[in-house]
Amino acid sequence: MRYVSLAGLLFAFWLALSGHYTPMLITAGALCSVACVFAAIRMRSADPEGHPIELFWGAITYFPWLFVEIAKSGWSVTKVILHPGLPISPTMTVVRASQKTPAGLATYANSITLTPGTITVEVNGNEFTVHAIVRDGALDVEDGRMDRRVSRFEGAA
Amino acid sequence: MRLAVELASWGFILLGSFFTLVGAFGLVRMPEVFARMHSASVLDTLGVGLLIAGMCLQAGFSLVTLKLLFLLALFFFTAPVVTHALAQACLHEGIKPRLVEDRRGTAGPRPSDPDDGRQP
Amino acid sequence: MFAAAAAAILVALALAITRAIKGPTVFDRVLAGNAVGTLAIMLLAVVGFLTERPEFLDIGLTYGLLNLIGTLSVLKFFRHGDLAYDVDREPKS
Repeated sequence: MRYVSLAGLLFAFWLALSGHYTPMLITAGALCSVACVFAAIRMRSADPEGHPIELFWGAITYFPWLFVEIAKSGWSVTKVILHPGLPISPTMTVVRASQKTPAGLATYANSITLTPGTITVEVNGNEFTVHAIVRDGALDVEDGRMDRRVSRFEGAA
Repeated sequence: MRLAVELASWGFILLGSFFTLVGAFGLVRMPEVFARMHSASVLDTLGVGLLIAGMCLQAGFSLVTLKLLFLLALFFFTAPVVTHALAQACLHEGIKPRLVEDRRGTAGPRPSDPDDGRQP
Repeated sequence: MFAAAAAAILVALALAITRAIKGPTVFDRVLAGNAVGTLAIMLLAVVGFLTERPEFLDIGLTYGLLNLIGTLSVLKFFRHGDLAYDVDREPKS
Protein backbone atom coordinates (compact mmCIF):
# COMPACT_ATOMS: atom_id res chain seq x y z
CA MET A 1 0.00 0.00 0.00
CA ARG A 2 2.72 2.43 0.99
CA TYR A 3 4.81 1.41 -2.03
CA VAL A 4 1.87 1.82 -4.40
CA SER A 5 1.11 5.30 -3.11
CA LEU A 6 4.79 6.26 -3.34
CA ALA A 7 4.96 5.05 -6.94
CA GLY A 8 1.74 6.88 -7.81
CA LEU A 9 3.01 10.07 -6.24
CA LEU A 10 6.31 9.88 -8.10
CA PHE A 11 4.50 9.25 -11.38
CA ALA A 12 2.22 12.23 -10.78
CA PHE A 13 5.30 14.33 -10.04
CA TRP A 14 6.85 13.19 -13.33
CA LEU A 15 3.69 14.06 -15.28
CA ALA A 16 3.44 17.46 -13.62
CA LEU A 17 7.02 18.42 -14.31
CA SER A 18 7.38 17.02 -17.81
CA GLY A 19 4.43 18.61 -19.63
CA HIS A 20 4.93 16.32 -22.66
CA TYR A 21 2.49 13.44 -22.98
CA THR A 22 3.79 11.12 -25.70
CA PRO A 23 3.46 7.35 -25.08
CA MET A 24 7.23 6.95 -24.97
CA LEU A 25 7.75 9.56 -22.25
CA ILE A 26 4.82 8.31 -20.16
CA THR A 27 6.21 4.77 -20.26
CA ALA A 28 9.63 6.06 -19.30
CA GLY A 29 8.07 7.93 -16.39
CA ALA A 30 6.23 4.87 -15.13
CA LEU A 31 9.39 2.76 -15.33
CA CYS A 32 11.39 5.44 -13.53
CA SER A 33 8.86 5.70 -10.68
CA VAL A 34 8.88 1.93 -10.20
CA ALA A 35 12.68 1.89 -10.24
CA CYS A 36 12.73 4.71 -7.67
CA VAL A 37 10.39 2.78 -5.39
CA PHE A 38 12.67 -0.28 -5.58
CA ALA A 39 15.68 1.90 -4.80
CA ALA A 40 13.79 3.40 -1.83
CA ILE A 41 12.93 -0.07 -0.54
CA ARG A 42 16.55 -1.13 -0.79
CA MET A 43 17.62 2.06 1.00
CA ARG A 44 14.97 1.34 3.67
CA SER A 45 13.57 4.85 3.27
CA ALA A 46 10.06 3.82 2.17
CA ASP A 47 9.01 3.29 5.80
CA PRO A 48 6.49 5.24 7.90
CA GLU A 49 9.19 7.86 8.55
CA GLY A 50 10.19 8.38 4.93
CA HIS A 51 6.74 8.35 3.36
CA PRO A 52 4.17 9.03 6.09
CA ILE A 53 0.88 8.62 4.24
CA GLU A 54 -0.93 8.23 7.59
CA LEU A 55 -0.34 11.92 8.22
CA PHE A 56 -2.16 13.03 5.08
CA TRP A 57 -5.54 13.86 6.64
CA GLY A 58 -3.91 15.61 9.56
CA ALA A 59 -1.76 17.63 7.18
CA ILE A 60 -4.77 19.12 5.41
CA THR A 61 -5.81 21.01 8.52
CA TYR A 62 -2.35 21.36 10.05
CA PHE A 63 -0.65 23.29 7.25
CA PRO A 64 -3.20 26.14 7.03
CA TRP A 65 -2.92 26.51 10.80
CA LEU A 66 0.88 26.63 10.47
CA PHE A 67 0.64 29.30 7.74
CA VAL A 68 -1.45 31.50 10.03
CA GLU A 69 1.11 31.02 12.83
CA ILE A 70 3.95 31.91 10.44
CA ALA A 71 2.16 35.05 9.30
CA LYS A 72 1.51 36.16 12.89
CA SER A 73 5.03 35.60 14.19
CA GLY A 74 6.56 36.88 10.96
CA TRP A 75 4.74 40.16 11.45
CA SER A 76 6.01 40.49 15.01
CA VAL A 77 9.61 39.79 13.91
CA THR A 78 9.17 42.36 11.12
CA LYS A 79 8.15 44.94 13.72
CA VAL A 80 11.25 44.10 15.76
CA ILE A 81 13.53 44.45 12.72
CA LEU A 82 12.06 47.77 11.64
CA HIS A 83 11.87 49.23 15.16
CA PRO A 84 14.47 52.02 15.44
CA GLY A 85 15.67 50.78 18.84
CA LEU A 86 16.06 47.14 17.69
CA PRO A 87 14.41 45.73 20.85
CA ILE A 88 15.72 42.17 20.74
CA SER A 89 16.00 40.06 23.88
CA PRO A 90 17.50 36.71 22.77
CA THR A 91 16.50 33.82 24.99
CA MET A 92 17.39 30.14 25.01
CA THR A 93 15.04 27.59 26.45
CA VAL A 94 14.36 23.87 26.56
CA VAL A 95 11.02 22.35 25.60
CA ARG A 96 9.84 18.79 25.83
CA ALA A 97 8.06 17.31 22.82
CA SER A 98 5.19 14.92 23.42
CA GLN A 99 5.18 13.31 19.97
CA LYS A 100 5.91 9.60 19.70
CA THR A 101 6.91 8.95 16.10
CA PRO A 102 10.06 10.32 14.43
CA ALA A 103 7.91 11.98 11.76
CA GLY A 104 5.91 13.80 14.45
CA LEU A 105 9.05 14.96 16.25
CA ALA A 106 10.56 16.18 12.99
CA THR A 107 7.34 18.04 12.16
CA TYR A 108 7.36 19.77 15.53
CA ALA A 109 11.05 20.74 15.33
CA ASN A 110 10.68 21.99 11.77
CA SER A 111 7.53 23.93 12.66
CA ILE A 112 9.38 25.69 15.48
CA THR A 113 12.21 26.58 13.13
CA LEU A 114 9.87 27.60 10.32
CA THR A 115 7.98 30.15 12.41
CA PRO A 116 10.13 33.28 12.33
CA GLY A 117 11.50 34.25 15.71
CA THR A 118 12.24 30.78 17.05
CA ILE A 119 14.90 28.26 15.99
CA THR A 120 15.42 24.70 17.19
CA VAL A 121 19.13 24.66 17.87
CA GLU A 122 19.56 21.21 19.33
CA VAL A 123 17.51 18.03 19.29
CA ASN A 124 18.23 15.52 22.04
CA GLY A 125 15.71 12.71 22.14
CA ASN A 126 12.48 14.58 22.76
CA GLU A 127 14.11 17.67 24.28
CA PHE A 128 14.52 20.61 21.96
CA THR A 129 16.81 23.53 22.73
CA VAL A 130 15.12 26.60 21.27
CA HIS A 131 16.61 30.02 20.57
CA ALA A 132 14.10 32.87 20.40
CA ILE A 133 14.78 36.43 19.36
CA VAL A 134 12.39 37.99 21.86
CA ARG A 135 11.61 36.67 25.33
CA ASP A 136 7.89 36.37 24.57
CA GLY A 137 8.66 34.01 21.71
CA ALA A 138 10.45 31.62 24.08
CA LEU A 139 7.59 31.79 26.59
CA ASP A 140 5.13 31.11 23.78
CA VAL A 141 7.02 27.95 22.77
CA GLU A 142 7.26 26.79 26.40
CA ASP A 143 3.53 27.25 26.66
CA GLY A 144 3.18 24.21 24.38
CA ARG A 145 0.34 25.38 22.12
CA MET A 146 2.17 24.23 19.00
CA ASP A 147 3.20 20.99 20.73
CA ARG A 148 -0.43 20.09 21.39
CA ARG A 149 -1.43 21.00 17.84
CA VAL A 150 1.33 18.81 16.34
CA SER A 151 0.36 15.95 18.65
CA ARG A 152 -3.20 16.24 17.40
CA PHE A 153 -1.93 16.25 13.82
CA GLU A 154 0.10 13.14 14.57
CA GLY A 155 -2.82 11.46 16.29
CA ALA A 156 -5.18 12.15 13.38
CA ALA A 157 -3.64 9.19 11.55
CA MET B 1 -13.84 38.82 -10.76
CA ARG B 2 -10.86 39.20 -13.04
CA LEU B 3 -10.12 42.55 -11.43
CA ALA B 4 -10.32 41.11 -7.91
CA VAL B 5 -7.80 38.37 -8.75
CA GLU B 6 -5.54 40.96 -10.33
CA LEU B 7 -5.72 43.20 -7.28
CA ALA B 8 -5.11 40.29 -4.89
CA SER B 9 -2.06 39.18 -6.84
CA TRP B 10 -0.76 42.75 -6.83
CA GLY B 11 -1.21 42.87 -3.08
CA PHE B 12 0.51 39.55 -2.50
CA ILE B 13 3.47 40.40 -4.70
CA LEU B 14 3.96 43.84 -3.16
CA LEU B 15 3.70 42.40 0.38
CA GLY B 16 6.12 39.64 -0.57
CA SER B 17 8.59 42.19 -1.90
CA PHE B 18 8.21 44.17 1.32
CA PHE B 19 8.94 41.15 3.52
CA THR B 20 11.86 40.13 1.30
CA LEU B 21 13.35 43.59 1.75
CA VAL B 22 12.72 43.49 5.50
CA GLY B 23 14.40 40.10 5.83
CA ALA B 24 17.45 41.21 3.87
CA PHE B 25 17.59 44.46 5.82
CA GLY B 26 17.52 42.52 9.09
CA LEU B 27 20.31 40.33 7.74
CA VAL B 28 22.51 43.44 7.63
CA ARG B 29 21.14 45.13 10.74
CA MET B 30 21.12 42.37 13.36
CA PRO B 31 24.10 42.32 15.74
CA GLU B 32 25.01 38.62 15.85
CA VAL B 33 24.67 35.42 13.87
CA PHE B 34 21.79 33.87 15.82
CA ALA B 35 19.69 37.01 15.49
CA ARG B 36 20.46 37.14 11.77
CA MET B 37 19.02 33.67 11.30
CA HIS B 38 15.64 34.90 12.51
CA SER B 39 15.50 37.67 9.94
CA ALA B 40 16.63 35.24 7.23
CA SER B 41 13.69 33.05 8.19
CA VAL B 42 11.30 35.97 7.61
CA LEU B 43 12.74 36.14 4.10
CA ASP B 44 12.49 32.37 3.62
CA THR B 45 8.88 32.00 4.73
CA LEU B 46 6.87 35.19 4.39
CA GLY B 47 8.76 36.79 1.51
CA VAL B 48 8.94 33.68 -0.63
CA GLY B 49 5.47 32.46 0.35
CA LEU B 50 3.68 35.70 -0.53
CA LEU B 51 5.61 36.20 -3.77
CA ILE B 52 4.75 32.68 -4.88
CA ALA B 53 1.10 33.14 -3.86
CA GLY B 54 0.93 36.28 -5.98
CA MET B 55 2.50 34.54 -8.96
CA CYS B 56 0.09 31.61 -8.58
CA LEU B 57 -2.86 34.01 -8.87
CA GLN B 58 -1.26 35.58 -11.93
CA ALA B 59 -0.69 32.20 -13.62
CA GLY B 60 -4.22 30.93 -13.15
CA PHE B 61 -4.93 27.21 -13.07
CA SER B 62 -2.16 25.52 -15.04
CA LEU B 63 1.03 23.49 -14.81
CA VAL B 64 2.90 26.67 -13.92
CA THR B 65 0.85 26.99 -10.73
CA LEU B 66 1.67 23.39 -9.86
CA LYS B 67 5.37 24.04 -10.37
CA LEU B 68 5.18 27.15 -8.19
CA LEU B 69 3.52 25.09 -5.47
CA PHE B 70 6.30 22.50 -5.73
CA LEU B 71 8.80 25.32 -5.32
CA LEU B 72 6.93 26.55 -2.23
CA ALA B 73 6.82 23.05 -0.72
CA LEU B 74 10.53 22.67 -1.42
CA PHE B 75 11.22 25.88 0.47
CA PHE B 76 8.99 24.97 3.38
CA PHE B 77 10.69 21.62 3.83
CA THR B 78 14.31 22.64 3.25
CA ALA B 79 14.53 26.07 4.89
CA PRO B 80 14.13 24.78 8.48
CA VAL B 81 16.63 21.98 7.84
CA VAL B 82 19.27 24.45 6.69
CA THR B 83 18.55 26.88 9.53
CA HIS B 84 18.70 24.12 12.13
CA ALA B 85 21.97 22.75 10.72
CA LEU B 86 23.45 26.24 10.70
CA ALA B 87 22.40 27.01 14.28
CA GLN B 88 23.68 23.67 15.55
CA ALA B 89 27.00 24.10 13.73
CA CYS B 90 27.35 27.60 15.25
CA LEU B 91 26.72 26.31 18.75
CA HIS B 92 29.14 23.42 18.38
CA GLU B 93 31.79 25.68 16.94
CA GLY B 94 31.74 27.51 20.27
CA ILE B 95 29.96 30.69 19.19
CA LYS B 96 28.05 31.76 22.27
CA PRO B 97 24.75 33.48 21.50
CA ARG B 98 24.37 36.79 23.31
CA LEU B 99 21.47 36.12 25.64
CA VAL B 100 19.30 38.35 27.76
CA GLU B 101 17.93 35.37 29.61
CA ASP B 102 19.03 31.75 29.57
CA ARG B 103 16.10 29.57 30.55
CA ARG B 104 17.80 26.31 29.70
CA GLY B 105 18.43 25.56 33.37
CA THR B 106 15.10 26.78 34.72
CA ALA B 107 12.59 25.82 32.07
CA GLY B 108 13.32 22.13 31.89
CA PRO B 109 15.89 19.41 32.35
CA ARG B 110 19.39 20.30 31.20
CA PRO B 111 20.39 18.75 27.90
CA SER B 112 23.11 16.20 28.52
CA ASP B 113 26.47 16.49 26.76
CA PRO B 114 25.86 19.30 24.24
CA ASP B 115 28.57 18.14 21.81
CA ASP B 116 27.10 14.77 21.04
CA GLY B 117 26.32 15.60 17.41
CA ARG B 118 24.19 12.50 17.14
CA GLN B 119 20.65 12.82 15.84
CA PRO B 120 18.18 10.56 17.60
CA MET C 1 4.32 44.76 -10.96
CA PHE C 2 6.84 42.04 -11.71
CA ALA C 3 9.40 44.73 -12.42
CA ALA C 4 8.80 46.13 -8.92
CA ALA C 5 9.21 42.67 -7.38
CA ALA C 6 12.39 42.11 -9.40
CA ALA C 7 13.77 45.45 -8.20
CA ALA C 8 12.98 44.57 -4.57
CA ILE C 9 14.68 41.19 -4.94
CA LEU C 10 17.75 42.84 -6.49
CA VAL C 11 18.01 45.29 -3.58
CA ALA C 12 17.64 42.38 -1.14
CA LEU C 13 20.38 40.52 -3.03
CA ALA C 14 22.67 43.52 -2.64
CA LEU C 15 21.98 43.58 1.12
CA ALA C 16 22.61 39.84 1.46
CA ILE C 17 25.89 40.15 -0.45
CA THR C 18 26.88 43.00 1.88
CA ARG C 19 26.44 40.61 4.78
CA ALA C 20 28.42 37.91 2.96
CA ILE C 21 31.33 40.32 2.51
CA LYS C 22 31.18 41.82 6.00
CA GLY C 23 30.21 38.70 7.98
CA PRO C 24 32.68 38.23 10.83
CA THR C 25 32.28 34.44 11.07
CA VAL C 26 32.06 31.81 8.39
CA PHE C 27 28.49 31.05 9.49
CA ASP C 28 27.38 34.58 8.62
CA ARG C 29 28.72 33.97 5.16
CA VAL C 30 26.98 30.62 4.84
CA LEU C 31 23.71 32.19 6.01
CA ALA C 32 24.11 35.03 3.52
CA GLY C 33 25.00 32.54 0.80
CA ASN C 34 21.84 30.59 1.50
CA ALA C 35 19.80 33.80 1.39
CA VAL C 36 21.42 34.69 -1.94
CA GLY C 37 20.41 31.27 -3.27
CA THR C 38 16.81 31.76 -2.12
CA LEU C 39 16.67 35.22 -3.68
CA ALA C 40 18.19 33.94 -6.91
CA ILE C 41 15.44 31.35 -7.20
CA MET C 42 12.76 33.99 -6.63
CA LEU C 43 14.47 36.24 -9.18
CA LEU C 44 14.43 33.37 -11.68
CA ALA C 45 10.69 32.87 -11.15
CA VAL C 46 9.91 36.59 -11.38
CA VAL C 47 12.04 37.07 -14.49
CA GLY C 48 10.33 34.02 -15.99
CA PHE C 49 6.99 35.77 -15.52
CA LEU C 50 8.38 39.09 -16.70
CA THR C 51 9.58 37.63 -20.00
CA GLU C 52 6.61 35.22 -20.24
CA ARG C 53 8.85 32.18 -20.24
CA PRO C 54 7.71 29.97 -17.34
CA GLU C 55 10.33 27.32 -18.21
CA PHE C 56 12.56 29.28 -15.84
CA LEU C 57 10.66 27.63 -12.97
CA ASP C 58 12.25 24.27 -13.76
CA ILE C 59 15.66 25.82 -13.39
CA GLY C 60 14.45 27.35 -10.12
CA LEU C 61 13.40 23.95 -8.77
CA THR C 62 16.77 22.42 -9.64
CA TYR C 63 18.58 25.34 -8.13
CA GLY C 64 16.56 24.97 -4.92
CA LEU C 65 17.71 21.37 -4.52
CA LEU C 66 21.32 22.35 -5.25
CA ASN C 67 21.09 25.19 -2.74
CA LEU C 68 20.09 22.79 0.04
CA ILE C 69 22.80 20.27 -0.77
CA GLY C 70 25.45 22.95 -1.20
CA THR C 71 24.72 24.65 2.12
CA LEU C 72 24.56 21.38 4.05
CA SER C 73 27.79 20.06 2.57
CA VAL C 74 29.63 23.31 3.31
CA LEU C 75 28.38 23.16 6.91
CA LYS C 76 29.36 19.51 7.26
CA PHE C 77 32.78 20.23 5.85
CA PHE C 78 33.38 23.03 8.34
CA ARG C 79 32.13 20.93 11.23
CA HIS C 80 34.17 17.78 10.58
CA GLY C 81 36.69 18.82 7.92
CA ASP C 82 35.53 15.77 6.00
CA LEU C 83 32.46 15.11 3.88
CA ALA C 84 32.44 11.36 4.54
CA TYR C 85 32.33 11.72 8.33
CA ASP C 86 30.16 9.09 10.01
CA VAL C 87 28.98 9.91 13.53
CA ASP C 88 28.13 6.31 14.37
CA ARG C 89 31.52 5.00 13.28
CA GLU C 90 33.72 7.51 15.06
CA PRO C 91 34.69 7.13 18.74
CA LYS C 92 33.56 10.15 20.75
CA SER C 93 36.42 12.49 21.51
